[in-house]
Amino acid sequence: MFLINCPYCGERDQSEFSCGGEAHIVRPKQPTELSDDQWAEYLFMRKNIKGVQFERWNHAHGCRKWFNMVRDTSNDKIHGVYKMGEKPPVE
Amino acid sequence: MTKYRVNKTKHVDQTKIVSFNFDGKSYHGFEGDTLASALLSNGVHLVGRSFKYHRPRGIMSSGSEEPNAICQINEDTDLTEPNVRATEIELYEGLKASSQNCWPSVNFDIGGINNFISPFIPAGFYYKTFMWPKSFWKKIYEPLIRWSAGLGKSPTKPDPELYDHKHVHCDVLIIGGGISGIIASKIAAKNNLKTILIEDKNILGGSTIFQKNENYKINDKYSGEWIDEEIAELKKLDNLTIKTRTSLAAYHSYNYLLAKENISDHLPLVKRNGGIRQRLWKIRADKVIVATGAIERPLVFNNNDRPGIMLSNSVKKYLDFYGVSCGFKNIIFTNNDSAYETAVSLKEKGISVEMIDIRKKSNSKIVKNAEQLGVKIYWNSTVVNTFGLRKIYSIEIMNLSEDGSNVVGNKIRINCDCLAISGGWTPMVHMHTQSGGKLDFREIDQTFIPNEIDKNHINVGSCNGDFELEEIINNTNKKVKNFLKVSETEFDNTSVINSKELNKRNIWLLPNYISEGKCKSFIDFQNDSTAKDIKLALREGFKSIEHVKRYTTTGMATDQGKLSNMHALGIIADTAGVKMGTLGTTTFRPPFTPLTFGSIVGRSVGNFFDIIRKTSINEWHIQNKAKFENVGQWKRPWYYPINNEGLHEAVQRESKAARDSAGILDASTLGKIDIQGTDASEFLNRVYTNAWSKLGIGKCRYGLMLNEDGMVYDDGVTTRLGENHYLMTTTTGGAANVLSKLEDYLQTEWPELDVYLTSVTDHYSTASICGPNSKKILKKIFPDKDFSDDAFPHMSYQNGKIDEINCRIMRISFTGELSYEINIESKYGKSLWEKCIEAGKEFKITPYGTETMHLLRAEKGFIIVGQDTDGTMTPIDLQMDWIVSKKKYDFIGKRSLYRSDTIREDRKQLVGLLTDDPNEVLEEGAQIVSDMSKKPIEMIGHVTSSYFSPNLNKSIALAVVKSGKKMSGQKLIVPMENKNINVTVSDSVFLDRENKRINA
Ligand SMILES: [Zn+2]
Repeated sequence: MFLINCPYCGERDQSEFSCGGEAHIVRPKQPTELSDDQWAEYLFMRKNIKGVQFERWNHAHGCRKWFNMVRDTSNDKIHGVYKMGEKPPVE
Repeated sequence: MTKYRVNKTKHVDQTKIVSFNFDGKSYHGFEGDTLASALLSNGVHLVGRSFKYHRPRGIMSSGSEEPNAICQINEDTDLTEPNVRATEIELYEGLKASSQNCWPSVNFDIGGINNFISPFIPAGFYYKTFMWPKSFWKKIYEPLIRWSAGLGKSPTKPDPELYDHKHVHCDVLIIGGGISGIIASKIAAKNNLKTILIEDKNILGGSTIFQKNENYKINDKYSGEWIDEEIAELKKLDNLTIKTRTSLAAYHSYNYLLAKENISDHLPLVKRNGGIRQRLWKIRADKVIVATGAIERPLVFNNNDRPGIMLSNSVKKYLDFYGVSCGFKNIIFTNNDSAYETAVSLKEKGISVEMIDIRKKSNSKIVKNAEQLGVKIYWNSTVVNTFGLRKIYSIEIMNLSEDGSNVVGNKIRINCDCLAISGGWTPMVHMHTQSGGKLDFREIDQTFIPNEIDKNHINVGSCNGDFELEEIINNTNKKVKNFLKVSETEFDNTSVINSKELNKRNIWLLPNYISEGKCKSFIDFQNDSTAKDIKLALREGFKSIEHVKRYTTTGMATDQGKLSNMHALGIIADTAGVKMGTLGTTTFRPPFTPLTFGSIVGRSVGNFFDIIRKTSINEWHIQNKAKFENVGQWKRPWYYPINNEGLHEAVQRESKAARDSAGILDASTLGKIDIQGTDASEFLNRVYTNAWSKLGIGKCRYGLMLNEDGMVYDDGVTTRLGENHYLMTTTTGGAANVLSKLEDYLQTEWPELDVYLTSVTDHYSTASICGPNSKKILKKIFPDKDFSDDAFPHMSYQNGKIDEINCRIMRISFTGELSYEINIESKYGKSLWEKCIEAGKEFKITPYGTETMHLLRAEKGFIIVGQDTDGTMTPIDLQMDWIVSKKKYDFIGKRSLYRSDTIREDRKQLVGLLTDDPNEVLEEGAQIVSDMSKKPIEMIGHVTSSYFSPNLNKSIALAVVKSGKKMSGQKLIVPMENKNINVTVSDSVFLDRENKRINA
C-alpha cells in the first residue's frame, strides 16, 4: 500500500487514488489524418515495463486532480510526482 | 499436580486450575498454560494424524511454527474455529478442542492404511494417481481426498462476534517483544519517538524470559532476571504503546502493516459478552524495526515424526516457562550448542537426559557445563531409526563417517520417552521479504539473512542472524542508534557473558544404513512430504524451488513451510550439487499467520457491507409498497404491486397506464453534472458524437458518449441553461465514471478549455411524468404557465415555481410519450412528488418502476446503455447513425468508428425480434442461431431486452445479431432447453414510428 504524495494535498494513502495507466501518451491532435496502425498505436499500445515507469494517477477520493508519478514497477519505489504538463523530475 | 508438571514457574499460576476438554476427554491445566502445555502436563503427546499417510503425530513446538497440533475448537457452537494451533491457544475454563485430522479417532483410524500403501503415494501423487479414469474424479477421488484430509470444519452459522479496524500512525513500530525488540523499543521511546511495540504472545520477553543459566549473564544477572527489569521499566514509558496478543499479518510497501490483536480469544466463552473479538490494526509507521526472532530447525532422519519428537528449545520452554517436562528419559539430538541449554536445564531439575551430537566435538562453555553435570554425549553420531507408534519409546543411533555422507559401525539402541531435536536456527525473515527486502546466504551456518537497503526498516536480533546474546545486545544497540540517529544509550556499556559456539556441522539429510527409498524422513510434517519426494521431483526434471515446492506440496500447508523450507532447499542443493545460496528461496507471502475472515472484514457486514443510496422520495415508495431493485448503490423502485400482483401483472398495468393516461417515475438517481465555463459548448462537442454549438439556450438535446475505441459508453439528455451553462444527465450506474472520464480529458488532454464540472446528482430530485394526460397534470401544478407546443415545445426547458420554490421543468421523454421532468432541490423532492400524485389523481396517474421504464423504452427501440450495449457496440452497430455528426472534425471515439474492425459489416447489430407466437416471450440473454443443421451450431447473436408489450399486445425483443441490419424479415431460431422458438427479425422501433405521441 503506497504512500502517495499528491502534488496538491500531500501524502495520502494509496486507497484514495486510482491509477490511469501509462503517462505522456498524448491524444493526437488530428486523429482523422492517422492510419489505422497509427491510431491503434495511440489507442492500444502500452509499454507495461518492469522498471521505472511514468504513470498517470488520480486523487479520486481527494482533490480529484490528475497528476503523474514515476514508479519502479519492480520494487514499487516512487521516484517522484509532478503535475500534468510539468517535466518529469527524473529521467 | 500431574506427574509431568515438575517445576513451579511464575508464568503459570498453579493455584488456579482450569478444566478443559480434548477429544472428548476432560483434563486440567492451569492459568497461564497453552492448550499444548496443558496437554503435555497430562502426558498427552498424540494430537492428530498426518495429512497423507495418517501417521500419528504429536505436539512438536511451542509457537506459530507448529505443524501437527492443529485443532478444531469449540465445535458445535457458533464460535467454532478450525486450524487453530494448540501451541498458540491460551487455556481457558471450558475450552473444547479436538484433533482435526483423525477420523474416526486419534488412536485408530482408517486413513492409517495409507501408511502401508505409501510406496504407491509418491511426490505428485495427486497429479499422477487421480488422473484417470476421468469419471472417477468427481464421484470418487475428490470426496475421498476431501474426506480423508480432514481440514477442519467451517462454522455453519453467522459469526456472532464483532471485529474492529483501527488506523494508527507512529514514528517507530517494533515487531517482536523479545530481547532485541525490548532494547529497540526502549531506545526509541526514550528518544521522544512515538513508538508501538507488538508481540504475539501475552507477555514480553521472548525466550530470554525463562533463561537462568550461569553461562548467559547480562550485567552480572541471569539474562531472564535482567529482561524482567527491562520490561518493568519499559511499561513506564509514556511514548510507548505495548500491544501483546497482537501478531503481524502483513508488511506492505511504504511501511504499511497489518496486525491482528486478539482481544477476547483467551477468555472463557461465557465471559465474552458480545464484545470485540479481534482488532485489525492498520499501521503506517515512519520506521519499522523487525525483531521477530528465529525458529529452531528440526533434523531430517528416518521416522523423525513420531509423537514425542519435539524441537529442543520447545522442550526447554515447556520445562522452564510452563513447568512441564515432556519426558522423563530424554534424548537430545543436535548439531549445535543451543540444545545443550535444554540438557542443562533438564539435568539441573534431576531429569534424565542424554545427547547425540553430529559434531565430532565441542569445547564451548555450555557443552562443558552439561558434561560436568554428567550428561552423556554421543559425538559424531546420528539417529537412524525411531520406534513407537503412538509415542516414541526407543531410537537407534550410529556413528557418522568422516565426511558425514554415511553411517559406520554398529547400531546402538537407546530407550527414551522424548526425543528433542535441534538442527540450528532459521531467522524469521518473512517480514523483511514481505516488505520487498532481499536475502543473502550465510555459508557458515547455512542461513538466509536480510540484505538491508530500505532506509526505513531494519532487522535486529536473531531474525537478523545474530544468535548469541552478546551479538544480539551489542548489534541491536548499535543498529538502532544508527537507524534512529541516537548518539548514546543505556545499553552502550552492557557487560555480557555468553557461551560461544565453537564448532558447527550441518547435514540436511542425515545418512542411514537403510536405503533411501525405504526411509521416511519427513521435511514437511503437515503436508507429509519426505526427502524422498524431493529427490524424486528432481529426478523427474523439476529444477526450480517453486516447482519442486508445488509438485511435492512441501511448505504449502497452513504453517507455510516455517519448519520445512530450509531443509527442502538444502536437500535440493545437495542433490543437484549446487550451492544453496544460488537457489534462492520461495516467496514468503502474507499473512504470516492465518487471519480470520472476521478481522479482514471488520464492521463492513450486514447493513454496513456497502453504502445504500436512497432518493428523497424513497419513503413514499416504501409506503406505497414498491419492490426495489439495486442499481449500483441506489435503491430504485422496481415495480409497485397492487394487492397480490406479481412482477408481470404490475408491469403490464403500469405500462398501459403510462401510455393511456399518465405515469410517474422517480428519476432522481440519474447522474447530473453541472457544466460551466466559456468553453462548455466546445467541450460538449468533443465528448458527444453530435453537434452542440447551435443548441439554443433553454433547449435540450440527447447525446451519446463513446469511449476512444468508438464503443458506446453512456447516454443522456443535456440542457442548455445559459450561454455558458449546461446540465448533463447520465445513466444511473455511469454517473461517477462519466464525471471522472470528463475530468480526465479536461485536466490532461484539454487543459486549455475553460470548463468546470460539478456533480449535482444528489442535489436535485426528479419526477418524470409521461402520458397523454401529462400536460394537463403539469398545468394543474403550474397554473400560470403556458404549456402549448409553441410556448413549451418538446426538447426545451423552463424555470418554474411551486409554492415559491424554484424548479426546472424539462419537456423531454424517456418513453416516447409526451412527458415532462421536474427538477427540484432534493429536500423538496418528496413534497413535489406528492403534489404530482395529487394533481394526477383525476387522471389515475400511476407510479411506475424501472421494469416498466425498460419495457416502455423497448417498445420505442430506445437503448438502455449497459443492457442493450456491453462495451462492444458502436453507434453504427446500434443503428444510431443519425446521432453521429459527419461535420465535426473530432470527438472522443470518432477515429475508431472507421477502423478496419469497426466497419466490418458482420458485426453484431441491434435489431428487433418478433416471435412467431406473439404470446411467447423470449428470455433475455438467450442465444440466437440461423442454421441448426451444421454442427457445431453457430451462435450469431443474443437477446438483450425482451417483454410482453401490453400496448402492442404481443411479445417484443431487442437483440444483437451478426449482420442484423441486412436481415429484416429473416427467420431465425432461439433454441431453448425444451424447444426452439421461431422469430423474425424486425425493425427495432415497435411503436409509434412516426413519433406522434411525443406531441400528443
Ligand atoms: Zn490531492
